[in-house]
Amino acid sequence: MKLSYYPGCSLHGTALDYDHSVKEVCAALGIELVEIPDWNCCGASSAHMTNHEIGIRLPMRNLLLAAELGHDVLVPCAACFQRLKAAERSLREEPEYWDIQGYPENIHIVHISSLLSEDGVLDKIREKIQVRFEGLKLACYYGCLSLRHPKTTEVINYEQPRTLEAIVTSVGAQPVSWSHRTECCSGSLTMARPDIARTLVADIVEAAKRAGADGMVTDCPMCQANVESRQLDLGGEDYLPVFFGTELISAALSAQYPAKQKKLHLVDASVLDDVLRSAPQCREETV
Amino acid sequence: MSNTQISPQQGNKKFLLKLEERGVDVQACYQCGRCSAGCPITEFFDLTTMEVVRLAAYGMEEMLLDSKAIWLCAACETCATRCPNDIEIAVLMDVLRELALRKGVTPAEPRIPTFHQCFLGSIEHWGRAFEVGLIAGYKMRSGDFTGDMKLGMKMFSKGKLSLKPHPIKGKAEIKQIFSGKGKEYER
Repeated sequence: MKLSYYPGCSLHGTALDYDHSVKEVCAALGIELVEIPDWNCCGASSAHMTNHEIGIRLPMRNLLLAAELGHDVLVPCAACFQRLKAAERSLREEPEYWDIQGYPENIHIVHISSLLSEDGVLDKIREKIQVRFEGLKLACYYGCLSLRHPKTTEVINYEQPRTLEAIVTSVGAQPVSWSHRTECCSGSLTMARPDIARTLVADIVEAAKRAGADGMVTDCPMCQANVESRQLDLGGEDYLPVFFGTELISAALSAQYPAKQKKLHLVDASVLDDVLRSAPQCREETV
Repeated sequence: MSNTQISPQQGNKKFLLKLEERGVDVQACYQCGRCSAGCPITEFFDLTTMEVVRLAAYGMEEMLLDSKAIWLCAACETCATRCPNDIEIAVLMDVLRELALRKGVTPAEPRIPTFHQCFLGSIEHWGRAFEVGLIAGYKMRSGDFTGDMKLGMKMFSKGKLSLKPHPIKGKAEIKQIFSGKGKEYER
């Protein structure tokens, strides 16, 4: 399988490790990624919140570049995914408004967790992993933008998504049932109104803890950074690390969780280490 | 608030037309309150989401542009997703913010649009977000020099913040987008 790849700014900045794990996992699963040449920022929330034209034209430029490559487009970042889908919707519904005709019908924009939770891909993950994270309880946290608005994202189960749960289960961990899976963490406000972000993150983390989670799993780089960083403000010692889905798969594939990767978390993430040490091996060494 | 007249007769017709053009059918609201019930920020709002929709239906543009709610809205789109009448509430919020900026209304939550402008300034300049540059710009313009210093240092020490921007080749195309390509059909 060959896909165009749109990493987006976060994956080249604060979530560089997310970019690495996406590439590692795709390589291991036989998915070839071709980065869209000279891609630009999708404008994220700031563009569409303040200027409709710019909010659509920025992601649209990336779609037109992807159209030249012709493959479906893989997007790991939830915000980028939503903005590219919004531009796609505009191109399909009102091409004359944007003066762009002939945008191909057959290019799909694919969010990472949708790809990784496809039946065939899950089978491959189960087949290739070296360890299973038995006993690790994880709260799958989707946040907003890979789901909403469903008219834009075309997600069917936007209130009860299961893609992250399917991924977590495939590596042997146990998803917990909890209340805040699709609640907003206010990532777009975190710099200007950290007090609001603290309140929302406190609620989310408390709900995950109440459900007995050892950690959280997400596919949104803003959620990951916001939920970990605002926990630090809240104090206490009982932090929940937020892992990327691909980070878990990558660790399961190699049966190790590199210290370098663990150190990138803003809160203690050694729970994954602990479970790895006691995890049952999946495959016998064939020496 | 209590002294302000709210009536459909005094509503701004141009504003209502604009909403219609953007596919926001505020008149369809029957005030069930699902939008406000699901809003994660509602406790910080000065107007609830449902009040925003209701005031919009009355064409009360000025009151809305002066509100904190339009800036505090995080664009999570829970309201629009759950609206039983399919009202594009998230688009309504976008239209209100855009109008407030275009009209030069003093924002009730100035730091939030300042952040957006710094973020977009970074993209306009480089084609991609340059985090350190936009943080520095935001600090200068907002006057919030001390907030999140510790966090910033921590992120920097973990190599999460690059000191170098990542300019793209097509910077001219980005400049064109920001300069208003397509603005001749501006809505």
